Amino acid sequence: MRLSHLLAGAAMLAVSATAASAATITIATVNNGDMIKMQKLSPKWEAATGNKINWVVLEENVLRQRVTTDISTKGGQFDILTIGSYETPIWGKLGWLVPLEFPASYDVNDVFPGVRDALSAGGKLYAAPFYAESSFTLYRKDLFDAAGLKMPATPTYQELAGFADKLTDKSKEQYGICLRGKAGWGENMAFVDTLVNGFGGQWFDMKWNATIDTKPWHDALNYYVDLLHRDGPPGVTGNGFNENLALFTTGHCAMWVDATSAAGLVYDKSSSQVWDKTGFTAAPHGVTSNGTGWFWAWAMAVPTTSKNQDAAKSFLAWSTSKEYIELVGQTFGYTVLPPGTRISTYSNPNYIKAAPFAETVKASVLTADITKPTMNPVPYVGIQYVAIPEFQAMGTEVGQLVSAALAGQITVDAALTKAQASVSATIEQAGYK
Amino acid sequence: MSLRAKSHPVAGTIAWLASLLMFFPIFWTVLASFKTELGAIATPPELIFTPTLENYTEILSRADYLSFAMNSVVVSFGSTVLALLIAVPAAYAMAFYPTKRTRSTLLWMLSTKMLPSVGVLVPIYLFARNVGLLDTRTGLILMYMLMNLPIVVWMLFTFFKEMPKAIIEACLIDGASQWQTITMILLPLVLPGIASTALLNVILSWNEAFWSLNLTAHDAAPLTAFIASFSAPQGLFWAKLSAASTMAIAPILVFGWFSQRQLVRGLTFGAVK
Repeated sequence: MRLSHLLAGAAMLAVSATAASAATITIATVNNGDMIKMQKLSPKWEAATGNKINWVVLEENVLRQRVTTDISTKGGQFDILTIGSYETPIWGKLGWLVPLEFPASYDVNDVFPGVRDALSAGGKLYAAPFYAESSFTLYRKDLFDAAGLKMPATPTYQELAGFADKLTDKSKEQYGICLRGKAGWGENMAFVDTLVNGFGGQWFDMKWNATIDTKPWHDALNYYVDLLHRDGPPGVTGNGFNENLALFTTGHCAMWVDATSAAGLVYDKSSSQVWDKTGFTAAPHGVTSNGTGWFWAWAMAVPTTSKNQDAAKSFLAWSTSKEYIELVGQTFGYTVLPPGTRISTYSNPNYIKAAPFAETVKASVLTADITKPTMNPVPYVGIQYVAIPEFQAMGTEVGQLVSAALAGQITVDAALTKAQASVSATIEQAGYK
Repeated sequence: MSLRAKSHPVAGTIAWLASLLMFFPIFWTVLASFKTELGAIATPPELIFTPTLENYTEILSRADYLSFAMNSVVVSFGSTVLALLIAVPAAYAMAFYPTKRTRSTLLWMLSTKMLPSVGVLVPIYLFARNVGLLDTRTGLILMYMLMNLPIVVWMLFTFFKEMPKAIIEACLIDGASQWQTITMILLPLVLPGIASTALLNVILSWNEAFWSLNLTAHDAAPLTAFIASFSAPQGLFWAKLSAASTMAIAPILVFGWFSQRQLVRGLTFGAVK
C-alpha cells in the first residue's frame, strides 16, 4: 500500500464532500489510545473534505452518561457518538441511530461477522467499529520458565489457580494473579460474568427467572474471592483495568486476565517493563468454554438528531476503513493498529511481524459469540453483559455486592442472596416475566 | 500587641498541619504532572526524579486550553456578577425590612441546595434544549447563578444583618433616599463582605463539574471539561491528568492568592468591628 489506495480513498472522500457543503461535526468520544490517534489523523479527513471536527473527549463513564442524556432527550449536541456493543442494538431498535450503509469500496464484509452482528439490530448496521476486544490471559514467560511451569493454550481456572499459588511471592511484591475488583458493570462484572459463564452459570433462565443464587455463581465467586485473597495484590477492590495494567507493566503480576486491548499497551516499550517477557494465551475456561472470553467493541454511530448526517457518515467511513488502518500503521507503527475489527488487519504482514499477540487476539475475538454466552440456553445476548436497558444499574449493583464480598464486608452467600432478590425485583418490574 | 504574638503555639502547629494536609493533594498533583506516566504510578512513589514537560506538551497539542480557560473565566465571573445583582437587593430587603415569612423564605432557598443535581438533570436539559441554551456560555452562567444564589443571598443577608439598623435610620433621617443609603453608605460599609461572597462564588463556579460536563459540548466547555478529557478508561494517564489539573487550577489559585486578604477581611467583617 499503498499510496495509491490512500489517494483513492482521499479522492473518494473529496467526491463525497463536494456532494454536501462543508460542515462542522461534533464527535463525542472516549479518551483512549485509538481515539487519540484518530484525533491526530483527522486533519487529513478535514483537508480532503473541507469539513471541520469539534472533539468532545470524556472519560468512559462520563461519556456514557452524557451521550445517554443527549440522545434520550433528543438534545442534538453531537453528530457522532462513541458507544459500545451494549448500547448500539438497544439504541438502534429505539430508532435513535441512523442505519449505516457504506459504498462497496468500504468492504463491509471485511469487518469480522461477530463484530457486525454485535453492532446491528433487525439486520441493520447501526455503528462502525474502531476497535473490538475479547478477553485473554497475559502471563510472565520468565516467571513461568523459572518455576518450570508451562502455560497451556487453553488453560482452565483450576490450572490458573495452581500457577498463581506457585508464583506468588509477597515478600517481593510479586502476586500470582491480578484480576479486576473495582465495582461496576463494566469493571469487576466484566470478568465475573465470564467466570460465572465458565462455571456453568447464567443471569436468567429461559423464562427470565434470575439464577444468581445458584451453585455455579457460588462456586465461581468462592473461587474468585479465595484466589484473590491468596494470590492477589493488596487493595484489589480498587483495581480496574488501569490499576492492573500498572501492576502488570511494573512487574508485580505473574498473570492477568483482562481485555485483549491490553496487549498493545503491555507491548509498548516506552511504558512497560515486561514487554519482552509477556506471553498471551486464551481466557481460562471451566466446565464450558461458552462465554469465557468476553466481547466488546467501541464503535461510532450517528444519532438521528444529527444535522450533519452526510458529513458524519463520511467520517465514519474514512475512520473505520482499511485505508485508515494502514495510515495508522504508517504513522504510528504497526503494533498499534486498531485491533479486532477487520479481517484484512490480520493478513497484513507488517502487523503480524510487529504484534506477536495478533493471532491470539484474533482467535479470542473470533471465539467470542455473544449469541451463545452460556452453557445452557438463555433468553438474552451478551457475554459480560445482558443486552437489556436495565442491565447497567443491575450489573453495577451486583458488582458492588461482589466487591463487598471480596473486601470481606459480607459473605459470598449473603452477597448472592441479596443480588438474587434485587435482580428478580428489577426484572419483574421491567415486565420481562 | 500584634496578632502573631497572640497565637498559641499549639493552635499555630495545628493550623500549620491542617494547611499542609489541605495543600498536599495540590502539591502531589503538581509533582506528578512533571513525571513520566510510569513514574507517576511508581510504588514506592518517586520523590527524586528528572522532571519532564512532555505531559504539558502533549495536552497542549491535543486540546485548546485557552478556549476552555476563557469559558471558565467568562462563566465564573458572569454568573457572579449576575448573582450579586439579584442577591444584594434581596438580602438588603430581608435584612432591613423582614416580614414574618423572611426566615422561611431563606430556609426554602437553602433547601434547594439539598436536592441532588442529577435529580433535575433531565428537566433542566430539556429546558436548555428548548430555549437553545445547550452548549452556550449564557446557559452555563444562568445555571451557575441559580445554583449559587442561595449561598450568595445567605452570606449577604448575614453581613447586612450585622450592620446596626441605626446607620440606615440615621441616613434616612438626614434626608438620604433609599438608593443613596444603599449605594453611598451601605455598600461601601459591606464591601469586604460582598467581595468575599463574590470570591467564593467565583471559586464555586470555577470548580463546578456536573453541570458543565452535562450542559456543554464544545463551544462553552470550561476547564472542568478540559480535565475530564484526560481521564482514560484504558492506559496510563495519571501524569497527563495531573498536568491538565494543574493548568486548570493554576488561574484560580493565583486569583485566590492575590485576593486572600480580601477574603479573610470579608469573613471576619462587621460594621462596628
